Amino acid sequence: MNITVADVEHVARLARLELDPDEKSLFAGQMDAILGYVEKLKGVNTDGIVPTSHAVPMENAFREDLTRPSFSIDKALANAPDRVESFFRVPKVIE
Amino acid sequence: MDIFDLTIHELHDELMHRRISSVEAARAMLERIKAVEPQVGSFITVTPERALADAAAADLRIGAGDAGVLTGIPLAFKDIFLTEGIRTTCGSRILNNFIPPYSATCYEKLKEQGVVLLGKLNQDEFAMGSSNESSAFGVTRNPWDTTRIPGGSSGGSAAAVAARQATAALGTDTGGSIRQPASHCGCVGLKPTYGRVSRYGVIAYASSLDQVGPLTRDVTDCAIMLGAIAGHDPGDSTSVNVPVPNYRAALAGGVKGLRIGLPKEYFISGLDPDVQKSMDAAIETYRRLGAEFVDISLPHTDYAVATYYLIATAEASSNLARYDGVRFGHRTEAAPGLLDMYTRSRSEGFGAEVKRRIMLGTYALSSGYYDAYYVKAQKVRTLIMQDFTAAFEAVDVMLTPVAPTPAFKIGEKVNDPLQMYLSDIFTIPVNLAGTCAMSIPAGFSAHGLPVGLQLIGKPFGEESILQTAYAFEQATEWHLRKAVIL
Repeated sequence: MNITVADVEHVARLARLELDPDEKSLFAGQMDAILGYVEKLKGVNTDGIVPTSHAVPMENAFREDLTRPSFSIDKALANAPDRVESFFRVPKVIE
Repeated sequence: MDIFDLTIHELHDELMHRRISSVEAARAMLERIKAVEPQVGSFITVTPERALADAAAADLRIGAGDAGVLTGIPLAFKDIFLTEGIRTTCGSRILNNFIPPYSATCYEKLKEQGVVLLGKLNQDEFAMGSSNESSAFGVTRNPWDTTRIPGGSSGGSAAAVAARQATAALGTDTGGSIRQPASHCGCVGLKPTYGRVSRYGVIAYASSLDQVGPLTRDVTDCAIMLGAIAGHDPGDSTSVNVPVPNYRAALAGGVKGLRIGLPKEYFISGLDPDVQKSMDAAIETYRRLGAEFVDISLPHTDYAVATYYLIATAEASSNLARYDGVRFGHRTEAAPGLLDMYTRSRSEGFGAEVKRRIMLGTYALSSGYYDAYYVKAQKVRTLIMQDFTAAFEAVDVMLTPVAPTPAFKIGEKVNDPLQMYLSDIFTIPVNLAGTCAMSIPAGFSAHGLPVGLQLIGKPFGEESILQTAYAFEQATEWHLRKAVIL
């Protein structure tokens, strides 16, 4: 493996994270070591093995389509960093 | 005997005989918290008013003859469980001021039983860590040696039980986060089978691995707590609809003729001599009690940590996308546009370990690497599960160490994440396989640090490991030792 600062910047962009220059070089080294370690999985023969996404085999869990009580608007908005009337307010998206 | 030294079942007896009231018990615990909290740091939030109100209500129930075994028992919860109206941070700055509008099902179930809420416990940020050092609210110290870590990520839960700040606690375990701190702090800690306990209202880290479980002073208390929180919940469609047995009634069966497996991959040459010594002594104890030992192999053990750190981080990167500064949690002060607001809010709110895992997971899921990393790890996970299924054909339970060493020093591994990850080598495979396991006190190192032993059960085999643990507890006195907090 050879994770560069440019790789770190690319992944940070995907993850919506902003890293300072020190963090970038620190993460490059640490991710390089960790990804180098996980390389060992390449040595496992997994031909014909089905991937597991869940420990318990499970079908879709259906429920009846019924109306139920839900949060009031005020309760749902109680933790909002910013709100206006009955909405979450965010910075302008379209100029 | 101080009130804070009592177990759940002992305190229950005192409450039933009216020798102690629940309010007296709550006061004693709150005083104990105040006395040792400066040295230990188990709590993020203490809730004295709530505790006394809960206790007064419990005393009324006891007076009315409407009490269960948990009525009036003072408990504390890892700060990962949503508690309506009470700040819940998950150890993160990004949730510094978050007041949940609803509660986790496991908390609701315990509340119905009449438990007393003492507060919310410290943890690694978003349950990512093995030492409690990644908390945004300061480190938690091991009550047995305050220069050492309590383990993680449920380090506050284990430390609070060991320091007698709560009669019992609830934690979560994604890769060992109940068992490893229980081992390091000398408590009993159980990770149930995936799906045994509802995850509704439990802040998500890696959803295919996360599971809720108790940390207690002894095996009886563990059985009591598990029985109270287990069961299907329509709020968590991954919770499994399997009847909940009476775990406490199953404890006394003994181990005569029980086949205990010793996976050779867990008894490696690098094992700490103190840990090895405790394992040898435990095997001898079980032999004396009539159990049979079988040498077994879990051949893909060596790949478990690598598999885990791809799957868990991939799931984390997806789960933690919800922290965007829009609906709850931290929002940056000044951001010109929406994208800047997301990025800055997240970067200001998350600590280094959380960022590192989000980065790793994002990388493993990113275009061009998805098959090589994420899907490959899921395939190896299948092989690890098959190892357990095959081995359990020959044995009833498995016995292994919980951690390769006793508790390490604060700061020792903080700059080397890979070394930190490798300390979970014996606990991670159980989460990948989705089965149940517990840690019980099994001895002390030369330096007086607790050493735990792990009992691994078949899926939904909690009764069997509890019974095995109980037989050991009856034959030993490790669980009776008490930390002297300096």
